[in-house]
Amino acid sequence: MLTIFKRELTSYFTQPTAYAIVIVFGFLSSLLAFTLGQFWNVADASLNGSFFVYHPLLLMILVPAVSMRQWADEHYTGTIELLGTFPIKLGSAIIGKFLASAVVWALALALTFPMILTVNYLGNPDPWTIFSGYLGSFLVCLTFLAITTLVSSFTRDQVVALIVSVAICCLLTMIGWEPVINEVRRTGPEAKGAVELMTRIGIFSHFFDATLGRISYASLIYLGGIISVCLFGTNLALKSQRA
Amino acid sequence: MIEVTGLTKRFGPKAAVDDLSFSVKKGEVLGFLGPNGAGKSTTMRMVTGFLPATAGEISICDISMIKNPEEAKRKIGYLPESAPLYNDMSVQGFLKFCASMRGLVGSARREAVAKSIETCFLESVARQSIGTLSKGYRHRTCLAQSLLHDPEVLVLDEPTDGLDPNQKLEVRKLIKNLGKEKAILFSTHILEEVTAACTRAVIVDQGIIVADGTPKELETQGGGSLYDLFHKVTTFETPAA
Repeated sequence: MLTIFKRELTSYFTQPTAYAIVIVFGFLSSLLAFTLGQFWNVADASLNGSFFVYHPLLLMILVPAVSMRQWADEHYTGTIELLGTFPIKLGSAIIGKFLASAVVWALALALTFPMILTVNYLGNPDPWTIFSGYLGSFLVCLTFLAITTLVSSFTRDQVVALIVSVAICCLLTMIGWEPVINEVRRTGPEAKGAVELMTRIGIFSHFFDATLGRISYASLIYLGGIISVCLFGTNLALKSQRA
Repeated sequence: MIEVTGLTKRFGPKAAVDDLSFSVKKGEVLGFLGPNGAGKSTTMRMVTGFLPATAGEISICDISMIKNPEEAKRKIGYLPESAPLYNDMSVQGFLKFCASMRGLVGSARREAVAKSIETCFLESVARQSIGTLSKGYRHRTCLAQSLLHDPEVLVLDEPTDGLDPNQKLEVRKLIKNLGKEKAILFSTHILEEVTAACTRAVIVDQGIIVADGTPKELETQGGGSLYDLFHKVTTFETPAA
């Protein structure tokens, strides 16, 4: 697992991928914070309402864009045949690749630290609240990463992997996004059940739980469940394609 | 060293490999001949543990590939048909990666990589990115990874494909030399390679063995020509596997 992890991580940094993630994510997340998030006006030292809240919207597109090649490329180049004949368990290769991508995303999140420096300069934020914000974003990253891993295991075409992964991640994000929920709520009291269901299925409610530092077991089980099912599903998909 | 008994692979209703049995002993180079779609690559993928068999048994150095695949895979070096490589790595980096995947560390890994580079004449491109290599070098890089752990069994799927005549000659010589100490199973379309490198050969057609013997025996069966035997025992067109 460690060998695959190192190879994948090196591959991110020997190609422009990792640098593109760090720069694009850093730029767009700051841009959203200073424009839509009205960073200067809301005076939100926790960064929740101006900065972190836009992360799922960025991640639902950027995470699949970065990880679409994960297994699709192995199929396309045929290197999956090499991996499949090395004396290793397939599961360790899946985890190794997943963790390497996770590290790149952790780095991309960490490199938004100028935002923390800024709020520390301007005010007196609670470091734990900010840490919770990062934790929430990272959990969303891992969830979208696992979904992309599963989708990329089904195809040798990276573009197909991208489109399908983005569609699933967008659905999970938008279904729980406040403006969408509000639209459904406006249809009348009979939509209460639907609103409840959308809130539970959508990423946002679980994301907010984490960013506010009150992540519940239900949220952990939900996000952890998606990650586990997707990684386990990847294992099954890769094995069944050979059968 | 390689014992294959009743090996069958079905893709839906179609049998790509049908009740195939053969063995390769130490010091033997078995040529695996057959037209396109005969089931050669499918057989090799099952022998190396990449594809699961629908039925049958594969034993590598007395270890079952079906029951104990990880242990059996340690004994095999494999060159897949398309010589797949990671284009973003250097030749040396790729070989180091493969050696690590084979459990080699430290000086053992360094020595294994250096030896493989030397054996496959890759010194001049060792630090070059794989993505910039010619087909011949790519093929030799993939061949080099199959030799890293000095395996007892080598499975080579068309090892001379894409090489120029000089490189073909070198690889045939290499296979012949390696065959003295190892059991080698290699597939080819080129009938001359059977006489040049093999101690024994089988001809496969539509998933079954249709001829088996030493190159001399096969030539005799074909009335003095391996080509004639090949034409006689194989169908002209076979569906893709």
